[in-house]
Amino acid sequence: MINFERFTLNNGLRVIVHEDKSTPMAVVDVMYDVGARDEDEEHTGFAHLFEHLMFGGSLHIESYDEPLQMAGGENNAYTTNDLTNYYCQLPAENIETAFWLESDRMCSLAFNENSLEVQRKVVSEEFKEQYINKPYGDVWHKLRELSYKEHPYKWMTIGKKLSHIENAKLQDVKDFFFKHYTPSNAILTVAGNVTVDQIKQLAEKWFGDIPAGKKYDRKIKQEPEQKEPRMMEVTESVPLDALYKCWHIASRLDKRYYVTEIISEILAGGASSRLFQSLVKEQQLFSSIECSHMGSIDPGLLYIDGKLLKGVSLEVAENAVIVELEKMKTELISKVELEKIKNKTESMLAFEDISLMNRANSLANYELLGDANLMNTELESYQAVTREEIMEECKRVFVDTNCSTLYYRSTIKETVMDADVQLRYP
Amino acid sequence: MLNRTIAPPIKDAIDFDITLKDCTRMSLSNGVPVYYINDGAEEVAMIDFVFEAGNNYENKNGVAVATNHLIKNGTTKRNAFEITEYFEYYGAYLSRKCYNETASITLHCLAKHLKELLPLIRELITVSIFPQSELEIFQQNSIQRLSVNMLKCDFVANRLIDQYLYGPNHPYGRVSTKENVEAITRQDVLDFYRDFYNNAKCSIFSAGKLPADFEELLDFQFGDLSLNNKIITVKHTRELALQKKHFIRNDHNGVQGAIRIGRPFPDRKHPDFKKAIVLNTLYGGYFGSRLMGNIREDKGYTYGIHSYLENHLEESSWVVSTEAGKEVCQATIDEVYKEMELLRNEPINAEELLLVKNYMMGLNLGYIDGPFQIISRWKSLILNQLDENYFYDSIRVIKEVTSKELLELANKYLVPEDFFELLVI
Repeated sequence: MINFERFTLNNGLRVIVHEDKSTPMAVVDVMYDVGARDEDEEHTGFAHLFEHLMFGGSLHIESYDEPLQMAGGENNAYTTNDLTNYYCQLPAENIETAFWLESDRMCSLAFNENSLEVQRKVVSEEFKEQYINKPYGDVWHKLRELSYKEHPYKWMTIGKKLSHIENAKLQDVKDFFFKHYTPSNAILTVAGNVTVDQIKQLAEKWFGDIPAGKKYDRKIKQEPEQKEPRMMEVTESVPLDALYKCWHIASRLDKRYYVTEIISEILAGGASSRLFQSLVKEQQLFSSIECSHMGSIDPGLLYIDGKLLKGVSLEVAENAVIVELEKMKTELISKVELEKIKNKTESMLAFEDISLMNRANSLANYELLGDANLMNTELESYQAVTREEIMEECKRVFVDTNCSTLYYRSTIKETVMDADVQLRYP
Repeated sequence: MLNRTIAPPIKDAIDFDITLKDCTRMSLSNGVPVYYINDGAEEVAMIDFVFEAGNNYENKNGVAVATNHLIKNGTTKRNAFEITEYFEYYGAYLSRKCYNETASITLHCLAKHLKELLPLIRELITVSIFPQSELEIFQQNSIQRLSVNMLKCDFVANRLIDQYLYGPNHPYGRVSTKENVEAITRQDVLDFYRDFYNNAKCSIFSAGKLPADFEELLDFQFGDLSLNNKIITVKHTRELALQKKHFIRNDHNGVQGAIRIGRPFPDRKHPDFKKAIVLNTLYGGYFGSRLMGNIREDKGYTYGIHSYLENHLEESSWVVSTEAGKEVCQATIDEVYKEMELLRNEPINAEELLLVKNYMMGLNLGYIDGPFQIISRWKSLILNQLDENYFYDSIRVIKEVTSKELLELANKYLVPEDFFELLVI
């Protein structure tokens, strides 16, 4: 049970406080309700580029990082398709520094042309490092485009193409800020060795006078039901053939979301899971296989991702996957199997709560979904899932017309396994 | 009206007192040392069995990793599936890791299940059988994974820089190849298991909300085993590469290059080590470092650039690591040396030094937050044959080190001629 208190400032900023007297530290987490799904299709990658610019100086403060480090603090941020999160951890005695820094950048950024110039390059390198210069790096780019035709989940957080980032203008940056970075679009979560009264006073002092701004009204095109199987094949210079399959699933707040989570655990949640046991160990068709889901707020995707053993054909491997999925649709899973997943979920949630940073982050996440207290009822939602619901959900999800398949074919026949025998010169 | 240009007052983190909470120590009947912290808000426990069974002790490349990995793939009583399912049924996570000197078996579980789970760990370290079929699957899948990794410039660069800095036969420089993996036999694994797990040198570390009879439970399961033997440590000699600069063309479609620039450095007991940690932080060890400030935040050549002192028991190395755009790799390398030069020629100003010290103190304060963090500090000290004095001395060095000392240190170590340089595209 994670205790917390909640209040809202007059400008609409929601504040959550979680007291923990056992730590000398404090975490300050500011979550903005904006992600890549709020971008325009011609300007993708913007929410993430913007995250970088949030460190380029704000209205009254030249640099964000230095004063925080001087106070003994450390920080980071991330952007997803749904949200943008900024968090820092510092000795609790210096917590006001975090309020000063976070509130100033909520007031306004400095909008510095040079910072934009540099961060465009940094993000381009990030794009290359994670999605281009790596075998199979473009898989999600392709799978999203194949699975989504309308919803903005069809592009990745980093953006659809490098040129969108390279062409970002300072005016776009300003517009984005004033549209999304308002108090009513944000959640401030403070955790650690603090008191609720202290945080009320600090929140009022530093965030209270920030103008509420115009409430952003999210209008996102929802994805129409997929009506036909979709198939894509690519041939690349990767060493192994790989199979990807994904299916549309329920949204984060749907009860069925928890059922899907359990399905992915049954299929590939560990070394005793079905796909691993059957396809990697017994039939030896894959050298690795995973099953997971996007965890997105709007209806997301459940996916299977497997690397084939050399000599196995994609068609044979895919059929073997389908056989396993058919079993899930026609036979109830055993009671023991379900109990195993529930026990794993229970301990996983308990371990997640050890870290102060995770606790703050989870509270913010759930508040963004509508209620921070979901953090305390999460386990019950998993515990309530029945074997019958799992079979029903498999019947609904694992149908051809809901599925997109990608064959990633390898052109490398014999791999060179030792780089240092290659050309070397000073 | 609030004046936002004025920073709120701070307590300089260097004025914080940092106390490393003690851990409980006991010995099992066979003398195996146990270190634990019984504390925490959640009903969870972690128990880590650390064996002197790293690749330092193998006679054949890859045997230590294979043994550690396959230890849970079959015993005289259960097959691989049954073992995994047993742990997973209790919601427990069993992980294995193999390092240079040590190899570990670590259990994370709800504290209430320790009693059911410890007997199976006993089984793993006493009667594992390493079936031939399991070894073959492991070999096959390792080779496949390796073939994918060999296309990544960063993976290739990490392997090669270690070879240049320690030599290909040194445990810190040894890498796995297709041929090595294929050459491992079941007998190799069985022999290694007998010599380093059945008859082992083991230490146990644990944290969490432990049961009242924790000590008895451990002694009952492990106190009668042959886990407290003296293991003869083989001394390996570092063999530096003859050539300093290396360029490898690994992927003809590559758009980025992996850069590694490293020099040998003594082990953590050397008097310069603690000061070097401070200098390294300032140079490339945190987000506000000189390297990040110049090469990422000013020039935009890379998504990230870091420097670090390698965490080895014996000798170490000081390495700069980054992936940069193909066109700006040489420019990046030049800037890495320029930043060394600045540190050799100009004393660090008082403000920057205080900032680094405060940052490091804040970090250390966070490092000892909660039982799981505290036990991992103790583990690191104990495995390095150090005690809390080393910890407090590191804190004292952060507080007291002067700009003059760091200048001297830079002139001693940040000397380009001593560095090995590698670019992999």
